[in-house]
Amino acid sequence: MPQHDVLIIGAGLAGQRAALAAAEGGASVGIMSKVHPVRSHSNAAQGGINAALNPEDTWESHAFDTVKGSDYLGDQDAIEVMCREAPQQILDLEHLGVTFHRNEEGRLGTRAFGGASAARTYYVADITGQAILHVLYEQLMKHSEVRRYEEWFVTSLMRDENGRISGAVARNIRDGRVELFVAKAVILASGGNGQIYNPTTNALICTGDGIAMAYRAGATLMDMEMVQYHPTTLAGNGLLITEGARGEGAHLYNAKGERFMEKYAPNKMELASRDVVSRAEQTEINEGRGFPDGTVALDITVVPRKRIHEALREIVMVGRDFAGVDITREPIRVKPGNHYTMGGVKTDIDGQTDIPGLYAAGECACVSVHGGNRLGANSLLDTLVFGRRAGAHAAEITAQLPMPKPDRSWVEAEERKIREIVSRERSGRRGAEIKAELGKTMDKYAAVFRDEEGLQTALETVRRLKEEAKTVATDDKGTVFNQDVLAALELGFMLDNAECVVVGALERKESRGAQFRTDYPERNDEEWLKHINLNLSEDGTPEISYSDVTITQWQPEERRY
Amino acid sequence: MPEYTLKIRRFDPESGRAAYWESFQVELPPERSVLDGVLQARDTQDGSLSIRCSCQAAICGSCAVRINGRTGLACNTKIGEAFERAKSFGHDEIVVEPMGNMPVIKDLIVDMDAVHWKKVKRVVPWLLPAGDPPEREYVVPPESMIDVTQTMACIHCGACVGACLSLEVDPEFIGPAALAKAYRFVGDPRDAATEDRLRDLAEDPHGLYDCTHCFACVEVCPKGVAPMDQIMRLRRRATADYGIKDRNNGYGHEKAFVDLIERYGTLHEAQLLPRSYGQGSLIRSQIDPSSLKQLASSLPTVINGLKSGKVSPKAALWHHKLPDQKHVRRIYKEIHSKDERLELNLYIVGESGGETEGAMAEGSQES
Ligand SMILES: Cc1cc2nc3c(=O)[nH]c(=O)nc-3n(C[C@H](O)[C@H](O)[C@H](O)COP(=O)(O)OP(=O)(O)OC[C@H]3O[C@@H](n4cnc5c(N)ncnc54)[C@H](O)[C@@H]3O)c2cc1C
Ligand code: SF4
Ligand code: SF4
Ligand code: FES
Repeated sequence: MPQHDVLIIGAGLAGQRAALAAAEGGASVGIMSKVHPVRSHSNAAQGGINAALNPEDTWESHAFDTVKGSDYLGDQDAIEVMCREAPQQILDLEHLGVTFHRNEEGRLGTRAFGGASAARTYYVADITGQAILHVLYEQLMKHSEVRRYEEWFVTSLMRDENGRISGAVARNIRDGRVELFVAKAVILASGGNGQIYNPTTNALICTGDGIAMAYRAGATLMDMEMVQYHPTTLAGNGLLITEGARGEGAHLYNAKGERFMEKYAPNKMELASRDVVSRAEQTEINEGRGFPDGTVALDITVVPRKRIHEALREIVMVGRDFAGVDITREPIRVKPGNHYTMGGVKTDIDGQTDIPGLYAAGECACVSVHGGNRLGANSLLDTLVFGRRAGAHAAEITAQLPMPKPDRSWVEAEERKIREIVSRERSGRRGAEIKAELGKTMDKYAAVFRDEEGLQTALETVRRLKEEAKTVATDDKGTVFNQDVLAALELGFMLDNAECVVVGALERKESRGAQFRTDYPERNDEEWLKHINLNLSEDGTPEISYSDVTITQWQPEERRY
Repeated sequence: MPEYTLKIRRFDPESGRAAYWESFQVELPPERSVLDGVLQARDTQDGSLSIRCSCQAAICGSCAVRINGRTGLACNTKIGEAFERAKSFGHDEIVVEPMGNMPVIKDLIVDMDAVHWKKVKRVVPWLLPAGDPPEREYVVPPESMIDVTQTMACIHCGACVGACLSLEVDPEFIGPAALAKAYRFVGDPRDAATEDRLRDLAEDPHGLYDCTHCFACVEVCPKGVAPMDQIMRLRRRATADYGIKDRNNGYGHEKAFVDLIERYGTLHEAQLLPRSYGQGSLIRSQIDPSSLKQLASSLPTVINGLKSGKVSPKAALWHHKLPDQKHVRRIYKEIHSKDERLELNLYIVGESGGETEGAMAEGSQES
């Protein structure tokens, strides 16, 4: 039975960074992922990563942009930590081998990004996330003392009699073996929950597993209603066109050929923050100025062709392979689409949750640095800064602790659960049907514009789907790569996530950041400058409570771009 | 909506049954992907149908399979095009099977660890800088970063590994993806182990010179990594920059090849072997004793060639020159006259400057 000081669940940027930090801190480390680490969704990040590294730039400026971007819901102590540590993160990555773009002097070069007052986004063409993920994985291969458990699916967190996290239970996808992993501390780095929406820019693995497991184990979830819609996704399949495109100078037009951002953000134009641009687009579309397929046009042809090929290479391929458009010659149709989970497991600035022994970092966590709206290129930074801090903190704490006692009953419970699913006779709907209805429902009622009535409909639907999910049967009865049974488990995780998103959105009776309530169109600092916290209650529904937003030096003001 | 038939190679290791074919009917627009088709079959007909996939956007590298005999990502192969290709072979089904050169675990899932990742590990896949890092960033030429980013773009899908012809013959061959990964370090000015890396890969009998230039990897790679080009660049670095004369005689072989073309305009096959292993022709040469074994091992190939009539002794020994040899000579002269070696960076393909006015200018009347 594997035992580690620190067990990390998830091998995206947050998880891998945490693993390296914990190993450096002298801990014995295991890192686990349901896909091979380089398949983690961090590889999809195209645009880049923010840091005030230029001598002319300051961390305060970066922090202020982030606070303003968050619509003042971000916790300013956490934002300060992130922006101060950002430059060192970039330099560390550069030293490890990330092939960051250089300027003519051969030093690190930047590009502009939305919501930022300076060009402070560092990047590798438009494969930034992939390049960093692969370089971190190079380091994991080098540091063979970090044990990697690749293609293991975690099903639940183990607690001891005092309620402290003492490990996790996971199923080896390759042979179906369910195993107990004992650990003094567990770091969740399991990514976001974009799959509860359809369409989404998120990969099929982004099913919010860690968020749901923490919730089930008693941890607090925070800001779950804050779901980012990215302004430039492809209509049919939700694929992302990076904000880097607008950073390089691309324009948005409605079907009448108007550069409509002039109306909504006369100063920042296309580079206003994402919630603002997405709402502008959706307004154009709703008021009949979009194209018939419910889109607007993104014109990248204004960017010099050589620059496109150098800096937006991936987008050229996406346009060609997935939309049949040569973006160097013609505009491409885009619309707002689900993209990022601002909410998640509530943590402090060292990644600690309110359950002893449990940490969270990256997209599954809510520190909160993104508040109501995440700035582009701040998420990779979040994963690295707080991944590192969680890893280092956990290593330090666990050095003094004894190894928890294994408790086989946790394994037996999970085995029973899986056996029960596999043995079901088909009586109700297929899992894929339930997932499809969930995605459509969320995209309809819990998207850019929301209101009481729609959200109520969404809540009823999600609760009905939860019942239906209890009867989902599998065709696959085997143990090797039984993806059917894993999908059934993921469906359960997704439904918990969705319920929390909708409950949070119903509760927040104001408009702030990504949450725009047409029935409460104003921001209301008096009543709602606070986080909404959710905990699993006895009756299986989320129980609501509140916590304060930490304000250090920036008082809330009106947001203009 | 059009209907397609996917003929999928199934294998369930727990059934005790050999691999078999099963056909699934799916319905979706032609511009959707083969992966969408497989997932539709799985979601609506048989949940046990297994394939690795995640991003659906050719970025996670999970879904490489063989479609109508060609290796590629299921998520960036349009189902309509796959069907047209099947039709051009006279089939009405799109054939989907696991990629080659790797053991199959289940259905379309292969064991990447046993082959691909093992090979990646072989090339010491991490940066080996000299001494401690600088306080700020390493200052390096901007082009060098763009250059190695071409190989950083590799998503480790294994398509090239699955399609490589050399690997089929020599499973020990380090292979296209791992060698491309090696170039990522050799081309990186921050790496201090360039010569050791090159020597190591050149001396490995399954290394640099095991590639037969078949182009398969270049053709199948979904990310434009062009592994074969990276292998050729590794060879040029090894020979021209470090003068590494490997014991597999890859260097000699390549040099002989180039010299022969310069002299005859076409490949003089009878001269190739002796020249590769020595300095001159078979009769005059002083053969390097260390390569005698290799030379002897090539004899069966030569004899087979003679027996099957592929080469006749006369044609082989009295090779004819190209009629217009002077053009070939001119190309050589041109290349020799350059001080710097021509390195074709394939990463940046765009034209510079020019069209900066937006295409929307014309499209803006549309309403
Ligand atoms: C298309 C796209 C573009 C983006 N571009 C940018 C950008 O330019 N800049 C930026 O800053 N951010 C960007 N983001 C956001 C950013 O990429 C992500 O927020 C970030 O990478 C999340 O990293 P992570 O480490 O938290 O999680 P992930 O990388 O998603 O990793 C999650 C890990 O958890 C594992 N896991 C999950 N569940 C389980 C389970 N049950 N058992 C075992 N393992 C499990 C997975 O296998 C995976 O290894 C982008 C996001 C998308 C979708
Ligand atoms: S060109 Fe070389 S490496 Fe590429 S597939 Fe052919 S033999 Fe393999
Ligand atoms: S080189 Fe290309 S084909 Fe080969 S593994 Fe990398 S991305 Fe795939
Ligand atoms: S699903 Fe990610 S590469 Fe095809």
